[in-house]
Amino acid sequence: MERKRALEGIKVIDFSWVVVGPMTINYLADHGATVIKVENHAHPDNSRVIGPYRKGTTPTIDSSGFYVHQNSSKLSVSLDLSKPKGKEIAFKLIKWADVMAESMVPGAMKRLGLDYDSVVKVKPDIIYYSTCMHGQYGPRASSPGYGQLVCALGGIYHLGGWPGRGPAPPEGAYVDYIAPRFGAIAILAALDYRRRTGKGQYIDVSQVETAIYLLAPTIMDYLVNSRVMNPNGNRSPYATPHGSFRCKGDDRWCAIAVSSNEEWKAFCKVIGEPSWTREPKFATLLNRKKNEDELEELVEKWTVNYSPEEVMTLMQAAGVPASVVESNKDLFEDPQLKHRGHFRHFEHPAVGKYTHDSRAFRLPKTPDNQFRAPLMGEHNEYVCKNILGMSDDEISELLAEGVITTEADLPPEWR
Amino acid sequence: MHKDRKNEDLLSPYRVLDLTDAKGGLCVRILADLGADVIKIERPGGDEARRVGPFYKDIPHPEKSLYWFILNANKRGITLDIETEEGREIFRRLVKDADFVIESFSPGYMENLGLGYEALSKINPRIIMTTISPFGETGPKAHYKVTDLISWASGGAMYCQGDPDRPPLQLSFPQAYLHAGCEAAIGSLIAHYHRELTGEGQRVDVSIQESVIGILMDTQEMWDLQGFNFRRSGHAWTFLRPDGGHIRQAYCFPCKDGWVAFWTLGGTYTTSVKHLQECVRWADEEGMAPEWLKNFDWVHDYRTETLTQQQIDKVEGALINFLMTKTKKELYDEAFKKRMIIAPVSNAKDIWESDQLQARDFWVKVEHPELRETLTYCGPFAKMSETPMRIRCRAPLIGEHNQEIYEKELGFSKGELIMLKEAGII
Repeated sequence: MERKRALEGIKVIDFSWVVVGPMTINYLADHGATVIKVENHAHPDNSRVIGPYRKGTTPTIDSSGFYVHQNSSKLSVSLDLSKPKGKEIAFKLIKWADVMAESMVPGAMKRLGLDYDSVVKVKPDIIYYSTCMHGQYGPRASSPGYGQLVCALGGIYHLGGWPGRGPAPPEGAYVDYIAPRFGAIAILAALDYRRRTGKGQYIDVSQVETAIYLLAPTIMDYLVNSRVMNPNGNRSPYATPHGSFRCKGDDRWCAIAVSSNEEWKAFCKVIGEPSWTREPKFATLLNRKKNEDELEELVEKWTVNYSPEEVMTLMQAAGVPASVVESNKDLFEDPQLKHRGHFRHFEHPAVGKYTHDSRAFRLPKTPDNQFRAPLMGEHNEYVCKNILGMSDDEISELLAEGVITTEADLPPEWR
Repeated sequence: MHKDRKNEDLLSPYRVLDLTDAKGGLCVRILADLGADVIKIERPGGDEARRVGPFYKDIPHPEKSLYWFILNANKRGITLDIETEEGREIFRRLVKDADFVIESFSPGYMENLGLGYEALSKINPRIIMTTISPFGETGPKAHYKVTDLISWASGGAMYCQGDPDRPPLQLSFPQAYLHAGCEAAIGSLIAHYHRELTGEGQRVDVSIQESVIGILMDTQEMWDLQGFNFRRSGHAWTFLRPDGGHIRQAYCFPCKDGWVAFWTLGGTYTTSVKHLQECVRWADEEGMAPEWLKNFDWVHDYRTETLTQQQIDKVEGALINFLMTKTKKELYDEAFKKRMIIAPVSNAKDIWESDQLQARDFWVKVEHPELRETLTYCGPFAKMSETPMRIRCRAPLIGEHNQEIYEKELGFSKGELIMLKEAGII
């Protein structure tokens, strides 16, 4: 059987918005699933109204760099689900779909009549994916989700920082990029289960729980040993030097990690075996840990004379783990990423030429087919005609009645 | 035999041969949680990962690593030295009936042993071989050595993390390998879907560097569309002003007994404006709202587009003064009542004490007969209505399932097993 795309034939209707839901579905969309994203001009996806926008341009509802990042390879329809005909169309698409995704606060989909219990009546084998901050039930479930709250509750913020200072966490709503991976995993497994048994199911992903799942060893350390892990900068309990060291240039750094005596010897050779490396206080791992402050200062006295690329290359040649602390600019210029074809280039009517990430895996027999993110409602006609079998007249009627929304329905500041 | 387990769990009928280490090892725990029949293959004497702490009651022992317990729950374990010819032959026999081989050796290692994808697919054309490596199987950096810290740096995440006046940072519980594990699981399952429809397996080549890049939220677009190379910003959002300058607005604040996440966006962020108004009301009730804060117009006078850093510092200073009089719990409980956007920066203890997690039955008890104890584990990463995920068994002891697999499945006699053991093959 000639199948070009691994997930060809899988159909997804995506009611989710902002990051977690859309990023989950990206994994499916990028590998050939047909994904219809349901939007509404009157209530634009939040990611459309947040930048970054191209410098020097006036933001439009279609020109957000944030939106295109989360929504590759999808089709967009724009429907007013509060209108009976809008809901009718939604149900037709649900019947068409294999997978349905939503990310609203628990209860919201029920109020729209689009909850699992309602949907499963018309589509018994639907794989229905819900994701929100706390999951679908529990005393806190009704709290609206915000990425920073998920990160705080999920234990992430506590674990990043320097002793005695506040949290210094990864940029952005970090768990917003963890939860989608687990969502995609659950959906893919459910698809296989359904293929074997004919049974769909309901998937409830709590974003806080996915963060905690990743941090499990620290939780178990508390439960078994009553120990709470606290942040310790870049230090490792069993390796030193271990951190990021300032190099030549404006805010340029190289990360170095020396974990064994072998690596320590190699490291010393690279830096020219200065006399301080032979002092007893640096001779063993235990001693180096005791004198770590001083050690780190001495290492940096060497690294500041070199570019991070030079440090990385010299260290790696000697078998010492090291890497440029790559900024976004560095990523774009990284020869390894060029080799991987990591950055794809798309042409978008509102954003212009933009760069988009690949996913982290390559399937050589069934490569992905990423394409640019959609304009809002870009595929109304295509979906209505080709998937729902409507006539031109029917489509015009839906437009006239406002069931299919248009730019005229945008909030005033976006028209 | 796994093929007899059919449909109890999501991936019951499938067997996974696990040759991973910490780099992406989470991938296989995920597949195991999904119900696959996972065989962890360790070298004779036990895997190096057993030396990684934390340890049960701080006893550093290969059968007491909590890290090992978690990474390898839901798996069976055998010992096998694939660097010996007999070991490779046994491995090939296992591949015949396997569905996945997941490994994280250096690029080329498996090929040099004659166990690369080409060789394995000749034995079993359906096999999916997932390889997890620092930068991918090929390319100028393919043979670079890494640790989690190094991978975090290579993926752009480190440069964007940390206080502006300190070096770039990682999380103290390293993350890069975990991200690779997740991406590897997704890639494997995508290849699996295709394989089940066509019979065609393939190689899945996972890059840890790219897995880390996958967590970057909008900083790439800042560079791509604005030429702004994002720098670490502590616990504050950095916003670019149209005039090219930038401002920082914090999203974490200190309180009486720790820190809280706390939104401070005004302007068109309607729910945030309501939350700030609610907070000021509360502060005022306690006499902690200065006059200028009491009727502050968050909609018009706190818009990111027009704010100055001076204004921000003044407002945030006043908020901190109030928040420092309240504990994490007080703030969280009030926030829940009044729909404020606040949550405690939670440590392991806070997480354990979470009423929400208890109500979700998040915590799972797993028996450890060898410790004569039951340990509590984190629950599954998703709740599935038809096929709930569960922890069916604890991580294997060294060679725990040698007899089951070698004798019962592969037909070795007891005598042969002893020979193989003494020769260091298993």
